[in-house]
Amino acid sequence: MNFETTIGLEVHIELKTHSKIFSPSPVAYGADPNANTNVIDWGYPGVLPTTNKGVVADGIIAALALHATVEQHTHFDRKNYFYPDNPKAYQITQSDKPIGHDGWVEIDVDGVKKKIGIAEMHIEEDAGKNTHERDYSYVDLNRQGTPLIEIVSKPDIASPAEAYAYLEALRQRIQFTGISDVKMEEGSMRVDVNISVRPVGQQKFGTKTELKNLNSFNYVQRGLEYEEKRQQQVLMSGGAVQQETRRFDEKTGETILMRVKAGADDYRYFPEPDLPALNISDDWIKELDAAMPEMPGKRRERYVNELGLTDYDAMVITQTKEMSDFFNATVALKADPKMAANYLQGDVNAYLNDKQVDLQATKLTPEHLAGMINLITDGTISSKMAKKVFKAITEGEDPKAFVEANGLVQLSDPAKLQPIIDDVLSANPQSIEDFNNGKKRAVGFLVGQIMKQTHGQANPQVVNKLLMAALQQ
Amino acid sequence: MANRINREQVQHVASLAKLEFTDAQLDAFTPQLDDIIGLFETLSEVDTDGVEATSSVTDQLNVMREDVADSWGQSQSLLKNAPEAARGFIKVPAIIDESEDND
Amino acid sequence: MDYFKTDLASLHADLVAKKISARELTQATFDNIKTTDAQVDAFLTLNEDAALKQATKIDEQGVATDQPLAGIPVALKDNIVTKGLKTTAASKMLANFNPVYDATVTEKLAQAQMITVGKTNLDEFAMGGSTENSAFKTTKNAWDYTKVPGGSSGGSAAAVASGQVLAALGSDTGGSIRQPAAFNGIVGLKPTYGRVSRWGLIAFGSSLDQIGPMTRSVKDNATMLSAIAGHDEHDLTSSTQPVPDFAADLTDATSVKGMRIGLPKEFLADGVADDVKQAILAAADTYRQLGATVDEVSLPHNKYGVAAYYIIGSSEASSNLQRFDGIRYGHRADDVKNLEDVYVKSRSEGFGDEVKRRIMLGTFSLSAGFYDAYFLKAAKVRTVIMNDFKAVLKDHDFIMGPVAPTPAFGIGDEIKDPITMYMNDVLTIPVNLAGLPGLSLPAGFSQGLPVGMQLIGRPFDESTLYKAGYAFEQNTDFHLQVPTLGGQH
Repeated sequence: MNFETTIGLEVHIELKTHSKIFSPSPVAYGADPNANTNVIDWGYPGVLPTTNKGVVADGIIAALALHATVEQHTHFDRKNYFYPDNPKAYQITQSDKPIGHDGWVEIDVDGVKKKIGIAEMHIEEDAGKNTHERDYSYVDLNRQGTPLIEIVSKPDIASPAEAYAYLEALRQRIQFTGISDVKMEEGSMRVDVNISVRPVGQQKFGTKTELKNLNSFNYVQRGLEYEEKRQQQVLMSGGAVQQETRRFDEKTGETILMRVKAGADDYRYFPEPDLPALNISDDWIKELDAAMPEMPGKRRERYVNELGLTDYDAMVITQTKEMSDFFNATVALKADPKMAANYLQGDVNAYLNDKQVDLQATKLTPEHLAGMINLITDGTISSKMAKKVFKAITEGEDPKAFVEANGLVQLSDPAKLQPIIDDVLSANPQSIEDFNNGKKRAVGFLVGQIMKQTHGQANPQVVNKLLMAALQQ
Repeated sequence: MANRINREQVQHVASLAKLEFTDAQLDAFTPQLDDIIGLFETLSEVDTDGVEATSSVTDQLNVMREDVADSWGQSQSLLKNAPEAARGFIKVPAIIDESEDND
Repeated sequence: MDYFKTDLASLHADLVAKKISARELTQATFDNIKTTDAQVDAFLTLNEDAALKQATKIDEQGVATDQPLAGIPVALKDNIVTKGLKTTAASKMLANFNPVYDATVTEKLAQAQMITVGKTNLDEFAMGGSTENSAFKTTKNAWDYTKVPGGSSGGSAAAVASGQVLAALGSDTGGSIRQPAAFNGIVGLKPTYGRVSRWGLIAFGSSLDQIGPMTRSVKDNATMLSAIAGHDEHDLTSSTQPVPDFAADLTDATSVKGMRIGLPKEFLADGVADDVKQAILAAADTYRQLGATVDEVSLPHNKYGVAAYYIIGSSEASSNLQRFDGIRYGHRADDVKNLEDVYVKSRSEGFGDEVKRRIMLGTFSLSAGFYDAYFLKAAKVRTVIMNDFKAVLKDHDFIMGPVAPTPAFGIGDEIKDPITMYMNDVLTIPVNLAGLPGLSLPAGFSQGLPVGMQLIGRPFDESTLYKAGYAFEQNTDFHLQVPTLGGQH
């Protein structure tokens, strides 16, 4: 039996605003429990929510970034359910008229391009956090009211690899808009997954299961791969897939049954009477659209077609907007694009990984990186010397000043090198004889001697040229 | 009694609303609710084809707050009102049913 | 000090002229409350120490002529939050609740230097029309202690009617200011939805609730509304319409001349007591004599208001009252083993029967499979009812009619029959559904009990209602009659 797979993804993205979506409490991390809360966040009797304009703007930006239609006549709804981290026992969200609908992103899996549809996206409030300890739970409402965008895919995703690619495309595009950090490891991007399989040709979708505890894109893909196989095996052995929620076990790579769904939840949605409706104007949309940064796909095209980068290089450089902006600025300062790309992917990324920091949190600047690359291309320093210079520019030093202060300038002037070469040759007649007898190794020895005499500052290309000329005389 | 709602439905609604009733209370409540729902059903006499629903009568539209953070400094007095609190957290007896959505 | 013989303007003049000090006035007010409230039971909490301190401070500064309410005692319905002063909503759920913050109206009254003397009784969470649903006490009608004061703002109404205070605030979701005002022979206004901020009003039906003043005269009512109205950044549904000095316009006892008044035939239909009908017809004649025209008009869908209201109001209430879960504040049941216990036991113990009934009705109306037939249908009928009002108010300055089908009924008479109780609101509810202003004022008596008249206006046109109310007052003497406390009339 052949099967086809349908995957649905619900992605929650935490927005980087100053204040919460319905209360002016600060959105900040690492504060003492309940420090960033007020009567609204606690759902006190008599309080009312106030809509944060920045969140609505971010919702519009997300819709535009994901090619969605902005719903211009929109409002909020209440979703009712009891939970200790949900103080009003309802969440203010959008159910009836989500702020964006019918969008798409393009993915590329092994060179095959495909558009994945986005059914809708809506803005809503996050809940607080519960910590469970033995007989008690401990509630911290600092996160309560943090703005979220939930993005719901259409049933277009047909494989775990496509799910991975979709998440990556979504992450990149949202990251480029600057409305969120979109980091799964920090919880600013969270993914709920459902998957079903059905025999090829069957009209009706198969019964879907939901997967939880997928804390990275890799786990999403691995969890889906396991679940896809499991469901196929259930069907092939004549069984039926149950509607259930399963937890991904990071150690074994398996999914484990958490609970069987006993019918739909009853959230009793209705329009939020405390918040006036929103009428989003064409002008506001235009204004936000005009301020939208160039998206990663456009940038990749330009990098490949105009700057001669490989597809791979272009992809790595556009992982984050910060990296891509840094690259743009470096190239704008006349640095060689290929070298700039190599440095960003190599030394810069290694440095960021080592220090566990974001690019914008370092002392590295496009000016200094471009300065260093230009020193290499004009022959002032060797790539070997550049190692020292790179370390200096990570500490915020000017590359040119550093090179000069440390005498790192490369000896490239033949008039200065020739006497040194002559000295070395006259001191090593045996090597000349070896060379004349065809022992090429002698050259390496002589170059080494010359480098030693110049304390490593001789330009190796120039030395080679002059030495060969002298030996062949 | 017209039986628009029965005891089991009343109990289901009570569970959604996190309320519990004794048998005697259910005996009294069920016919009362049934009568009131009967009153509700008179609305079917009104022709509402093509009529928009009204969920608010405010004259306001598009009112929003600028994204500026402002701490009201209330967290200590809020914690004081909690029936139980510990280490700055609100304390509640354990959640037995883990199946509730927590996202 | 005798509140039956004065009004806000006269008291203000006396305070400015130092004929009486704010402290003397406040102390006398408490002395009187302590004597009378043993029978009336209007107050749940008194604020004596803080009130006297505030009065002393006001006396030190002196009362300025541009502070018309400074130094004058006021009572607040106990569903309006007051920082540092217990606020219970007459519920066991909030029996010892300290709100931590002030309602916007509380703040505005403080800015006006009014002195909050206490919190008045109500039906639990403002659900009811008799104040019998209070978890703590049953307030009595000022005119007859065997009768209900109406509700849910029964405490505020009885406090004003029995001369305990000159002004009080109530809240009105389906008639909860106007009906107790009528039952007690005082003036009550339900402002246009959005006229007064709801920040700090413990929510019942969020799309229906409004806070409003309850006073002995129309002019006092107008003075109070100007003090509490206006846009509030905490309540996005509050209107940005300018707030006039409503009382300043009330000088002409004949200002209704040339006005067109609509009297809906549905307002005098079966079920409305004869004495009530007669009072309203007499009032219509008074207006005609003053040069207005009174037309019979129709609000054809009026009778569906009660059903639509009990669906919408209960649905909103079911959601609004979910926050009372025993976790962050309020009542938590003892002897709870797990989270479900905390929820179910705390809520089942904390809420009274009527509140539970509304929560059940609302939860049902919103639940899967019933939403379209109940909540959505009611929201559409609401539009139809609004359109009825719009059509009449297009060529009528205001609408007049009774407030309630009968005068105050006996304590214990109707509390066991929810539907009869709900039908009492048939004349006030549609006004909340449409968000319109409604003024209730004394218009007659039936066997010694006051009968109220309701004037309903265009959105944000409280001015016209006050003018018409003032004209009626100046040409009648119903508002001048005072109860012989205890009902020995």
